[in-house]
Amino acid sequence: MTAVARPAPDSRAQGSRTRRSLLPGDQPLALLDRDGTPTGQDGLSMPGPDVLLGLHRSIVIGRRFDAQATALTRQGRLAVYPSSRGQEACQVGAVHAMRSQDWLFPTYRDTVAVVTRGVDPVEALSLLRGEWHCGYDPYARHVAPQCTPLATNTPHAVGLARAATIKGEDTVAVVLLGDGATSEGDTHEALNFAGVWNAPVVFLVQNNGYAISVPLAKQTAAPSLAHKGIGYGVASQQIDGNDPAAVYAAVRAAVDAAASGAGPTLIEALTYRIEAHTNADDAARYRSSAEVQDWLARDPLLRLENYLRAAGLLDDGRAAEVAAEAERTAADLRDRMSAEPRRDPAEMFRHVYAEPTPALTAQWHEVEAALDDERDGAGA
Amino acid sequence: MTGLADHPAAAARSSAPGAAPVSMAAALNQALAGALAADDRVLVFGEDVGVLGGVFRVTDGLAARFGDGRVFDTPLAEAGIVGTAIGMAMNGLRPVVEMQFDAFAYPAFEQITSHLAKLRNRTRGRVELPVVIRVPYGGGIGGVEHHSDASEAYYTHTPGLRVVTPGTPADAYTLLRQAIDCPDPVIFLEPKRRYWATEAAALEYDARAAGDLATARVRRRGRDVTVITYGGPVATALEAAEAGAEDGWDLEVIDLRSLAPFDDATVTESVRRTGRAVVVHEASGFCGYGAEVAARLTERCFHHLEAPILRVTGHDIPYPPPKLEEYHLPTVDRILDAVARLQWDDEPDTHA
Repeated sequence: MTAVARPAPDSRAQGSRTRRSLLPGDQPLALLDRDGTPTGQDGLSMPGPDVLLGLHRSIVIGRRFDAQATALTRQGRLAVYPSSRGQEACQVGAVHAMRSQDWLFPTYRDTVAVVTRGVDPVEALSLLRGEWHCGYDPYARHVAPQCTPLATNTPHAVGLARAATIKGEDTVAVVLLGDGATSEGDTHEALNFAGVWNAPVVFLVQNNGYAISVPLAKQTAAPSLAHKGIGYGVASQQIDGNDPAAVYAAVRAAVDAAASGAGPTLIEALTYRIEAHTNADDAARYRSSAEVQDWLARDPLLRLENYLRAAGLLDDGRAAEVAAEAERTAADLRDRMSAEPRRDPAEMFRHVYAEPTPALTAQWHEVEAALDDERDGAGA
Repeated sequence: MTGLADHPAAAARSSAPGAAPVSMAAALNQALAGALAADDRVLVFGEDVGVLGGVFRVTDGLAARFGDGRVFDTPLAEAGIVGTAIGMAMNGLRPVVEMQFDAFAYPAFEQITSHLAKLRNRTRGRVELPVVIRVPYGGGIGGVEHHSDASEAYYTHTPGLRVVTPGTPADAYTLLRQAIDCPDPVIFLEPKRRYWATEAAALEYDARAAGDLATARVRRRGRDVTVITYGGPVATALEAAEAGAEDGWDLEVIDLRSLAPFDDATVTESVRRTGRAVVVHEASGFCGYGAEVAARLTERCFHHLEAPILRVTGHDIPYPPPKLEEYHLPTVDRILDAVARLQWDDEPDTHA
């Protein structure tokens, strides 16, 4: 048997990716500290006034939307609502950093990101209202359906980004995931494919400390979630995820890098979910109110407002305008959600295949006949 | 092992008498080449499908001909392969991916069942995923464990997927071209023990002439019993029909080709005519595909049936080691034994 020539050890050990730092720094990158004072750190560029005011407006509107959705759930208008209150810097910062041609791959907790991207709020809530699994057209705003099986949207983002490269299109995919999802195999496969393909994709991990009730310490022994990038040759950063300026700057830089051919980035954003996992969860069973209070003091909206006021960019008048706009948006949502949801049983059968099969058509006719009987009975 | 073309019935029915013999593997290769040439959006990727040409050589020469931008190797990760194929299809491409063996497709199961099968439905038809997943499947090649599963029922139980399996080289070519053209995701199961069986066939694709992808074919006309099968056992059933003819039984053999959707019309017509049916597949019988076939036929043909519908299947065991697989796979004798038990003399079947 002939010996197979083996590559020299160093040629296998040396990765192809050395252009950007694959390891996060010792401290999370931040532009604004918890009081809104500029940190003066290197590594991220402070966005301009218009960007910061835009972030402020969307965070105010997004938080009001989130509160309205929680209220609608209490009223029985939504089946369930996973709140992202406290995570608005990530929800809004990431979306504002994207260009119109880029694609967002959200999870069920990212409805604020979805509406910030411009999806109609009623269509966005179709899933949680129990009306249809995805109520909006993903192609209209380049927003993939909100993904419920965690981490399974990560390879989709990589594939879409890879297809853009193959087609010669300037499109970057931004995929949202949480700390729990980093334990799923799909996350690792997606990071690996992204690294091998040098795909234009940004992984934004919103590390809010808990996967429902399981704290990060039980999720990983890694020094940080951002350390998971280096094993796949993916540049990684850890940032303060409650700093809207930092999230915007980091995602924007990662989008620019991806668009310029520099490949994928993994960003771990440290944040906190102020509400329970959903309305059906009891967070008091796994975390203390002191911890929640501490995170309330790091509120992303408060720190951005403090900075904008100190910089003379925001006054009471503008703040009141934005608040009034948020109220109008919430009132509109409340009104529209009080209408009965659309319910068309024929739709269950219509979109299983491109053309309904004879068997599905027969099943629909059975349902239709039962509905007719019901109507006739009611009319009799 | 006896190839399909060794059978007079099969050879006589060959789509192109006088054409050169072609193996199923070569026919699949030509189908992929034809699709890649016909449509720039078609991509072929998976494990070892590039330079090596696939472990069964089905993608042989494609990377050299079409370049590694369209035919390429991926990391060894099946969920990643199917997951990225979904993203590519969302962005307008038509990926054809290979799972190296049946049992190695299981890591991709979540991507297949939760996303590939459902995204059209979830988005009211806005997201279309024309993805083909090629899976060399089934036993009969002496493979060690995890290399011989007949995994069709996992996929046929999932609404939104089409599941297709060819029984002949000519069908392998046409069905794969149709699958790649299809707007729905297709699980394309390749019976690996028939990869090398040859048939004289001129491989040409005419989408209109090919007809509906979900069409069963009557491979052999017969009066007495309808034998319904697909994939690897198609050739076995045709052998059984030849052997049965010597004993005076005239068997009709139906090759389903499309397991999902199911061609009720062709199968129902046949069974109403013969009054007796045997379903043959390699997979375990319990909750297997044959149970669905038998139930559908009972619902549609009850008053035409002269006997209960019988199944000849793999046993309800994990796939056995290669030295034992001959006792597991349906054979000519087992098929004819089932035929003999179809209450020809009003004697109740004591085996059932």
